Amino acid sequence: MSEHHDHDHDRTFQPDHAEPTSDAARLGLALRELLIEAGHYTADEERQVIEAMQGASPENGAKIVARAWTDPGYRERLLDNGIEAIKELGFDLQPYEFTVMENTHDTHNVIVCTLCSCYPRALLGMSPAWYKSGSYRARVVREPRSVLREFGVELSDDVEVRVHDSTAELRYMVLPQRPDGTENWSEEDLAKLVTRDSLIGTQRELGQ
Amino acid sequence: MNEPLFKTGDRVRIDDRTPPVHHRVPAYAKGRVGVIERVCGLHGKPEKFIRGDGEPRQRIYRVRIPQQELWEEYGGTDRDKLDIEIFEHWLEPAE
Repeated sequence: MSEHHDHDHDRTFQPDHAEPTSDAARLGLALRELLIEAGHYTADEERQVIEAMQGASPENGAKIVARAWTDPGYRERLLDNGIEAIKELGFDLQPYEFTVMENTHDTHNVIVCTLCSCYPRALLGMSPAWYKSGSYRARVVREPRSVLREFGVELSDDVEVRVHDSTAELRYMVLPQRPDGTENWSEEDLAKLVTRDSLIGTQRELGQ
Repeated sequence: MNEPLFKTGDRVRIDDRTPPVHHRVPAYAKGRVGVIERVCGLHGKPEKFIRGDGEPRQRIYRVRIPQQELWEEYGGTDRDKLDIEIFEHWLEPAE
């Protein structure tokens, strides 16, 4: 911010914000300036939040999964109270609740936000484009098995499908099943098996 | 008011109304009956965020609805479920 109150956009924009091309985007940027001027938060705090979000990635989720696979006590705590359990590994998602849904041999979980595109972004990074698409959001609640088949997930009728619609203040992650034959693997190697899509539930089998 | 009105296993009906503000209940869930899957925490009331601070905060529940009751000609099994987060002021007891 310059010393003079001159609204020089070239200098006050975050460089990673695109130049506004719509009225809504201009309104958003104007609101941002007003909030900063009124002291609700500082430009530096905003930058820190953006950096934290950009630093987040599915690797964080993979670390949590690998810990749950190798430590039964941690798995229990994670399923019981996700937000407290991820703090043990140095992660946080407050003010949201963090809810982890475990896949088993006869249960498959898949996550969606039908209202917008809620996603545990501060933990897992940006959501994939398809997660935000109207098609995925409308269809996965109504015909989850067809949508999952398109992602390559074939489920027999013995497997119960649970769709979780993230409509409010909870954020979700799927705890995928640990692949057979990995009994002696290190936590670090196990984490490498975990993919972004498996944390959303659009992938079920993890490769070795 | 911080004591939950419902507990896990209770049958509840999601209100079928459409206030002209942000309210976070998708149309497909309105009027549906489900079972409380779990009781969650207190969070800002969405209808009060448009002007105000979300107070009074409201309890959130996860409500579980059988998929075959939600969609005509549902293509899965009778065990498939949909779980959705609903604020307490949108729920009433159901038979």
